[in-house]
Amino acid sequence: MELTVWTYEGPPHVGAMRIATSMRDVHYLLHAPQGDTYANLLFTMIERRDQRPPVTYTTFQARDLGGDTANMVTSMLKETYERFKPQVMLVGESCTAELIQDQPGTLAQGMVANGELPVPVVPLELPAYSRKENWGASETMYQMVRGLLLSQVPPPGTQRPERDAGRPPLVNLLGPSSLGFRCRDDVREISSLLSQVGVEVNVIAPDGASPQDLLKIPEADFNCCLYPETALLTCQWLKRSFGQPFTQTVPIGVGATRDFLAEVAGLAGTETSDSAGDSRLPWYSRSIDSTYLTGKRVFIFGDATHALAAARIAHEELAFEVVGLGTYSREFARDVRKAARDYGVEPLITDNYLEVEDRVTELQPELVLGTQMERHIAKRLGIPCAVISAPVHVQDFPARYSPQMGFEGANVIFDTWVHPLMMGLEEHLLAMFRDDFEFNDSAPSHLGHQPVADTPQPVPAPAEDGDVSWSQDAEQELRKIPFFVRGKARRNTERFAREQNLHTVTLDTLYDAKAHFSR
Amino acid sequence: MTASLNTNCTPDLDPGVSYEQGPRELFCGLTGIVWLHRKMQDAFFLVVGSRTCAHLIQSAAGVMIFGEPRFATAILHDRDLAGLADCNDELDRVVAELLDRRPDIKTLFLVGSCPSEVIKLDLATAAERLSRNYLGRVRVASYSGSGIETTFTQGEDNCLLSLVPEMPETSERRLLVVGTLADVVEDQFRRIFEQLGIGPVDFLPPRRAESLPPVGPNVSMLLAQPFVCETARQLIKRGVTHLPAPYPLGVEGTLGWLQAAARHWGVSDEALTLATQAPVTRARKALEHYRPRLQGKRIAFLPDSQLEIPLARFLGSECGMQLESVGVPYFDRQFHGHERASLPAELPVSEGQHVDRQLDRIHAVKPDLTVCGLGLANPLEAAGLRTKWSIELVFSPIQGFEQAADLAELFARPLLRKERLAV
Repeated sequence: MELTVWTYEGPPHVGAMRIATSMRDVHYLLHAPQGDTYANLLFTMIERRDQRPPVTYTTFQARDLGGDTANMVTSMLKETYERFKPQVMLVGESCTAELIQDQPGTLAQGMVANGELPVPVVPLELPAYSRKENWGASETMYQMVRGLLLSQVPPPGTQRPERDAGRPPLVNLLGPSSLGFRCRDDVREISSLLSQVGVEVNVIAPDGASPQDLLKIPEADFNCCLYPETALLTCQWLKRSFGQPFTQTVPIGVGATRDFLAEVAGLAGTETSDSAGDSRLPWYSRSIDSTYLTGKRVFIFGDATHALAAARIAHEELAFEVVGLGTYSREFARDVRKAARDYGVEPLITDNYLEVEDRVTELQPELVLGTQMERHIAKRLGIPCAVISAPVHVQDFPARYSPQMGFEGANVIFDTWVHPLMMGLEEHLLAMFRDDFEFNDSAPSHLGHQPVADTPQPVPAPAEDGDVSWSQDAEQELRKIPFFVRGKARRNTERFAREQNLHTVTLDTLYDAKAHFSR
Repeated sequence: MTASLNTNCTPDLDPGVSYEQGPRELFCGLTGIVWLHRKMQDAFFLVVGSRTCAHLIQSAAGVMIFGEPRFATAILHDRDLAGLADCNDELDRVVAELLDRRPDIKTLFLVGSCPSEVIKLDLATAAERLSRNYLGRVRVASYSGSGIETTFTQGEDNCLLSLVPEMPETSERRLLVVGTLADVVEDQFRRIFEQLGIGPVDFLPPRRAESLPPVGPNVSMLLAQPFVCETARQLIKRGVTHLPAPYPLGVEGTLGWLQAAARHWGVSDEALTLATQAPVTRARKALEHYRPRLQGKRIAFLPDSQLEIPLARFLGSECGMQLESVGVPYFDRQFHGHERASLPAELPVSEGQHVDRQLDRIHAVKPDLTVCGLGLANPLEAAGLRTKWSIELVFSPIQGFEQAADLAELFARPLLRKERLAV
């Protein structure tokens, strides 16, 4: 049993729903009680989908449990097929149904075998008590692709025929899904980049694809694994089965986009060209206006793909200092650990929101790049923040074109990350000038808090005994320090005072501590 | 198989109510935690369930505030199910961890879920054990919010039901109001009862779970919400007198509700009229503002909050809307029969759900306004229908005279929006 306040990922069947909802002509029969239908609102409210997710819930009740819940599955399968006439049915169960062991997938396959169900069935087994949403999405996509393509797999050792020189290279974009972070715009951006370098998109899946489309996947020369959380497993299988290589770089950031294009050129057998355009980020980042960004301490947390990409951009393209890096994607913990080592920080692999909050509080970064949950942490601590990853919120489906990938994505990222810092800088200036008569402590704040007044920070109580008090002049001086480092300065000074057995922090103590801690 | 979804409620087929069965789109009783934890400020709700339960509550809350909320989930893992870990030991550990973090908690509800019910985890016994362990510090209660037993607002019924045995005994003459009301509405009612000389008045749930209202043979009870059937029955067993009344929605509903108490307490109709004259006049005047907008508009209710029947009564009789059909998750003759009787006999009223067939009918009838759950609203809007999503009805203050116009406004707004939008 695990005490959970907030969760980054839903259960694995929600991952399966994301795949089903992304696609056309697919229907998912979910053996589940009525409460599980809450998941529909993720799609219709958060993503503002104009259709109900293609999911039918058997909605068994307590009184059915003694009876024949398996019968509910079979009758509901027939009824659902008749009503929706999908090309493929996904059949699975949620956490509660897993316990009653009706095995709906097997039941459905039986019905297909004896002709009761005239539609291909992909049975899903998604262990709800050990796995989570992204795993469920990945597994569902894999089972679906494998289920549809297995009969097409050539014998082992078959060489992939060379591409006809007269035909442009063909690629599949794999991984974009419903409730993914900015997938809609990423796909448009990457499709346009690829078309500029002469590569044609064959199938985009799962988003917008029908089972018919999936059957065409093997026609492409290679795959772009855009979201490894969803598509890596499928790409690996396609490589093994059809000899289709796939791209390893996720094109988020200027450097990563260039690497991605180089990788594409390699796989397509074309020249790397500069025709794909470029981003404003490099120049904006070099412009002297951005000097103040140098060494900004940034804390990064999200799914592995977006956290890793963010760390690279922060480090290489904005000259921030990565002070924390973590993910809730345990499946990709190894990659994040390695990257964290490279940046010289302690990796944070957890799905416990409270641990993330503790780490942010402890590190007191100047910018938080995280999910909507970290946005709330940052808001409480008065730290600027930008959202870089799912879990998503209605805000993460902006009306405007707003990709994360490609060169336009880099532009979007520059704006989104720098804007809250500029607001922070403005706050700082306001604070600096607050003794001028034009300014005062009650000035409104863009950060939605009142940082100018020295509000007590919700930091863990010091473990040491012996209270340290502040002399009036030291307290005054402390207030001159920018609010976003003030908490840290206060704690460090008090720690220093305790170590020195001082009970009062004077002006001298403050500066002694500053010298002591400065590196 | 019983005719009613709610196996605890009256199982007979009811006249004027048809029954539908099939796939549903309804929340489970865990959702009630979203408003119950805000009502009882010293209570913590610990769901014992799966990741789905945790995800449900945080999604249903709609606005994820991500503070440290007074609810959480003890998520069951493979180890717990395989018997590698003793669920009771694990629960004790989690509760210790929680209470260590939150020393301010005075009442802890262990909330059962579908998985905990299916594996027959006995939370009642666990609650007794934990209550003994934390004697004098925290009272531990338990109830089920599972979706195999409860729909949406029924979670509150089960929660309150778990409190009934804990309520102290009194021989005093008191009035008890059952079902969550917004604090502001409680205060309004309290003032009216005071003017009428009715009191002392208690509310269940109370604002602090540690101070439970007393019950006894001289206590009479008004139901503020139509979804507290089992709690009401249990209170009747403890000697409480139920005062049958319409639910306090709209001017007439509120007036009828107050009148039930007034008559029981021997307050004359004149005194009631006098005490309510000002708010009634005010409310009728305010309602006039929305009546032209709602008059003659066709409305259909999909089953959701259990408020559908009294809402239909208010919108039909006080706002002049034309009722097309009313669905409720379950129908309880004892506590819903009188409200059903106030609706036209020929109006189709159904309990239970077959969501696909109900949506087929909505698309065929094309009402001007459809009251439905959150998951259905946008697809209906996209199909050109106007909707009012019903979860707002359990979060907003809508009862009483002063809120009658606010309630009408909730239904008028989508129609006004339709008129205004030119894109």
